[in-house]
Amino acid sequence: MRTGVNDFALKLANVNGTGSASANGLLMQAIFRMGIPVSGKNLFPSNIQGLPTWYEIRVNKDGYTARALDYDLMVAMNAQTYAQDIREVRSGGYAMYDSSWPLDRSLAREDIHFLPVPLAQLCNEHFRDPRERILMKNIAYAGALVAALEIDMAIVEELLAERFSGKKAMRESNRQALRLGYEYAEQNFNCPLPFRLEKMDANDGKILIDGNTATALGCLYAGATVAAWYPITPATSVMDAFRQFCAKYRRDKETGRNNYLIIQAEDELAAIGMVIGACWNGARAFTSTSGPGISLMNELLGLAYYSEIPAVVIDVQRVGPSTGMPTRTQQADLMECAYASHGDTKHILLLPANPAECFDFAVKSFDLAEKFQTPVIMLSDLDIGMNDWVAPRLTWDDSYQPDRGRVLSAEDLERTPKFYRYSDEDENHVAPRSLAGVHEKGAYVTRGSGHNKLGGYTETPSEYQQVVDRLAKKQKSAANYVPLPKIARRAEARFGVITIGGCEPAVEEALDILAEREIPADYLRIRGFPFHKSIEAFLYEHEFCFVVEQNRDAQLRSLLILETCVPKDRVRSVLAYGGFPLSAKNVVDGILHQLEK
Amino acid sequence: MPSIAKPAATHPSLQRNQLGLTIRDYEGSMSTLCAGCGHDSITAAIVRALWEVSMHPHMLAKMSGIGCSSKTPAYFVNGAHGFNSAHGRMPPIATGASAANRGLTYIGISGDGDSLSIGLGHMCHAIRRNVKMVYLIENNGVYGLTKGQFSASADVGSKSKRGEPNQTLPIDPVMLALSIGATFVARSFSGDKEQLVPILKAAIAHRGFALIDIISPCVTFNDHSGSTKSYLYTRQHEIKATEADFVPPEKPILAAISPSGITAVTMHDGSILHFRSVPANYDPTDRKRVTDYLLAQQSKGEIVTGLLFVDESVGDLHEVNQAPDMPLVHVPHSKLCPGSSELERLQQEFR
Ligand SMILES: Cc1ncc(C[n+]2csc(CCOP(=O)(O)OP(=O)(O)O)c2C)c(N)n1
Ligand code: SF4
Ligand SMILES: [Mg+2]
Repeated sequence: MRTGVNDFALKLANVNGTGSASANGLLMQAIFRMGIPVSGKNLFPSNIQGLPTWYEIRVNKDGYTARALDYDLMVAMNAQTYAQDIREVRSGGYAMYDSSWPLDRSLAREDIHFLPVPLAQLCNEHFRDPRERILMKNIAYAGALVAALEIDMAIVEELLAERFSGKKAMRESNRQALRLGYEYAEQNFNCPLPFRLEKMDANDGKILIDGNTATALGCLYAGATVAAWYPITPATSVMDAFRQFCAKYRRDKETGRNNYLIIQAEDELAAIGMVIGACWNGARAFTSTSGPGISLMNELLGLAYYSEIPAVVIDVQRVGPSTGMPTRTQQADLMECAYASHGDTKHILLLPANPAECFDFAVKSFDLAEKFQTPVIMLSDLDIGMNDWVAPRLTWDDSYQPDRGRVLSAEDLERTPKFYRYSDEDENHVAPRSLAGVHEKGAYVTRGSGHNKLGGYTETPSEYQQVVDRLAKKQKSAANYVPLPKIARRAEARFGVITIGGCEPAVEEALDILAEREIPADYLRIRGFPFHKSIEAFLYEHEFCFVVEQNRDAQLRSLLILETCVPKDRVRSVLAYGGFPLSAKNVVDGILHQLEK
Repeated sequence: MPSIAKPAATHPSLQRNQLGLTIRDYEGSMSTLCAGCGHDSITAAIVRALWEVSMHPHMLAKMSGIGCSSKTPAYFVNGAHGFNSAHGRMPPIATGASAANRGLTYIGISGDGDSLSIGLGHMCHAIRRNVKMVYLIENNGVYGLTKGQFSASADVGSKSKRGEPNQTLPIDPVMLALSIGATFVARSFSGDKEQLVPILKAAIAHRGFALIDIISPCVTFNDHSGSTKSYLYTRQHEIKATEADFVPPEKPILAAISPSGITAVTMHDGSILHFRSVPANYDPTDRKRVTDYLLAQQSKGEIVTGLLFVDESVGDLHEVNQAPDMPLVHVPHSKLCPGSSELERLQQEFR
């Protein structure tokens, strides 16, 4: 049981479409500004209005901010889910609810405390507009929580002032609602509760950002000029953010012209086609999508792979197959992306774990796509992409020069006796390319049909094989250029734990918990594919390793078995794939259960 | 333009255009299509048109999908980049290529299978976006490359080589394009170079997406009696709606003269297009009347050819998006990246 300062979990149960997101975000942001490690997870339905939605906030002074599975405080604002929500409160915890209507007796629990606040009543008394009455209930419970948890009122007021600068009436209503809840709690409850907040300075140099915004910034800074997409949750906000940043930074002040072109394509087949067309012409172009879109892009990913055209694809993964659970998170596109398309294809994957890496890896995606003249897929997910994360401040090195790979200039071509597209490979097995419009001597026909190393059409077995063998070697070389794995070792480690992406906070917390129980384990997080040799070495160093990932079929484990020589029985799985972000408990239980066997 | 007049050449292949290039400079590799294939005649018309408009070979981009027709970019202008892409996907690839580099001239070659079945949606959306490109459908009513299955342009009753009649309604790319706002719509016949060359030249000058549906008989799978896409059938049922005469921008004086019975349309690049309409009152700038006329002729079983419709008033993809005149691919990274201090400033908001 958690008591005391800066260590608790709070869950808010709402109805979607009622304006709760704004109040919940306000709370999370205020705690962030108090300098306390915090995370906020939005567990929302695939629906616009009327279905249950939850928001979880975890506060932890030691920086453990993976999802908690037991709640110290539930704000139960959705009568439809009262029963479930109240059941989830840990013994000795608290449940706040709208007491404008009596709570069904069957929901009573002896072992928890109830905090009734007549929110609807308070708002009906103080606000006239019917819509305002509904919206302000959210801000009123936020006010009650400010009192109950000792959130810094000055910070909350400052946030309201920022949000509603220029909208005085709105700001006033919000302040009033906040006060209503605050005062009611102060007068009626024993504030603060046994768990509460106290300012820290853990967030100096940190920002609050979601992965999709960071990804869009990466694409902006990398110099992407063409973007094509088809709307899909949870990737849509990548392009929304990119559009906003472009409007801000890419409009030429003198001419009013846009140094970018975003195309909402007719489908994902078209989106990837547009990206390939733009990259074929030498631009930096990308598309953002999710699993169903990747499925549709498969054919052209093979074309780009075989004809050696760069392309950047951002896959913000969600729960599949099919429409699956589009507003829930998973890491189940890994296999599909690694080998996307028919024929022998293999791609470069970048696997960020948090928004800061989304920014860095987005930039890296363009560099690698152009360096290796091949598609690069960055696999984010809904948890990373759409939730706000406390992340280190993003940094940019002004000396950055985009790696455009081997592209021949007019002068180069002038000097070349004769240009052949797929010859003259370098140490990474990359051949120089020529762009249209540069020089007649660079002209050739790009084709997805069989071609020899000179770029000519072929159906001759040896000529065909020569080219695809080089492609395999080229892809292998990329292992030395993708981000290295993150490794953390412990003395006397008995086994290794390998993971990817947004599992990191839960796995790191789990390993600390296990270490406290004298079960130390080494940690490795894979950040890129093809696998760097240090990953295989790590596997061999340990008698066995657990692979923690969020999909049913243990896709990362399969990929490790396929792409390294490690025997199958040395790699075990810990899986969680129900659609919610991972928690340390999932990992600890999963590992202990198998160790006991 | 060269200032010294070239001596008149006796052999046409020795004639030089404004760039000093002969027609041979616009040729490509040897065709591997069946002898007599309509597609090869279209290739010849393309070569002619590009030579006549003095296209810089390396400023041309030849885009195609998959099919016998889509193979043809290899058979013209060796000095131009080509992209023989994937079945039906050429329109988005060309759209992306154009987005990146508006400085090139795009010519897309497609087939009726490529454009009217697997890639129908893409073609429609390229039309809607008014991507500046010449878009050819080399229309033979069949899938040539996969050996003669009916395509979506096969007419009801048209017979396959084995004699089975097609029973599925056809998609007419001309009517379709007109209905979704296409800004340049033409139909021609691979056997009529006289008609096709000026249409191609006008299409190159057009402000946006220029669709040319070209009946192009497949001698191997669809040139028998009973086929409605054969040489014979087309010759017997063709009526010409317009005769287009293309006047490049360099000769404005000629263009100013507009004899009666002729419609003059000023193209985006300043060139002038003269239409001699064969049926009286045919106005190629009036979408409704063009549509009505085509429907009426279609019901009589006639194939109307010519430059059927043109509208130079609609902006292309770049204009609509306020893209700079400079191709995006040439904008330096320093102009695209806001830099570290701006990143620092922006992040003040992320707290
Ligand atoms: C995705 C996919 N499906 C099927 C094919 C097989 N295919 C190749 S060409 C073609 C039809 C081509 O017909 P059309 O575009 O009319 O060209 P034509 O050969 O008649 O000139 C088909 C179905 C393919 N290449 N790709
Ligand atoms: S099969 Fe038909 S379309 Fe293909 S090359 Fe031969 S004649 Fe032309
Ligand atoms: Mg065909």
